[in-house]
Amino acid sequence: MKNVYDNQMKLEFISKPENEAFARIAVASFAAQLDPTIEEISDIKTAVSEAVTNSIIHGYDNEEGVVKIEAILIGKTIEITIIDNGKGIENIDKAREPLYTSKPELERSGMGFTIMESFMEDLKIESRLGEGTKVIMRKTIK
Amino acid sequence: MKFTYDSQFKILTLIITEEIDHYTADKIRNRTDFEIQKYMPKELIIDFANVSFMDSAGIGMIIGRYKTMNMFGGKTYMKNVSRGVRKIFEMTGILKIIPIIEGGTKNEKCI
Repeated sequence: MKNVYDNQMKLEFISKPENEAFARIAVASFAAQLDPTIEEISDIKTAVSEAVTNSIIHGYDNEEGVVKIEAILIGKTIEITIIDNGKGIENIDKAREPLYTSKPELERSGMGFTIMESFMEDLKIESRLGEGTKVIMRKTIK
Repeated sequence: MKFTYDSQFKILTLIITEEIDHYTADKIRNRTDFEIQKYMPKELIIDFANVSFMDSAGIGMIIGRYKTMNMFGGKTYMKNVSRGVRKIFEMTGILKIIPIIEGGTKNEKCI
């Protein structure tokens, strides 16, 4: 059976802050096939960095876990899914509010989801307490 | 990251030379607070000329340093901010409290 997507990649790494740069650069390299502008690549890198950081800080509370990234290309669109098996988000609507953070003591700005939302075209968050969080975002390259 | 200190005008300049994310922001935070406490500067200038990437961790880190400077009665400025980095700043009200300067601050211009 023919795949519905044109290309696909999967990535898995442990939830160390050192891997944030690795994750965004890997996804940006994959997205480069769509011939994006520098600004579009920068948007993708930022959104991935936000999602991966959330998994590490909030999902796993800085304990060791596994972060997975799946990305597919369909035409000129990239769909990126970031998955963790961490503690989950209690209130997704609240988490999406600009400037809201559950960890102000860590000097977090509370802008993570707002940035993902405005730098990508579509953002979906699925989360279950005690099971983990899945963030799906899409961007179409002009 | 690098620091320069102008003892005549008490200006501490932080030159960030790495991508700013949650991992590097922690390191920049600790080192900058150490330098602020060492010199007690009147002004902190954060230079972004060598910053090719920044995510929201940068916002929290910079507001935190602004608060540290405020505690000692000092001012904070930013300079050489690229378009990509500015885009992140513009999503928040941060530029209203920490202005971007071109060239030097008032004190530096007196030279």
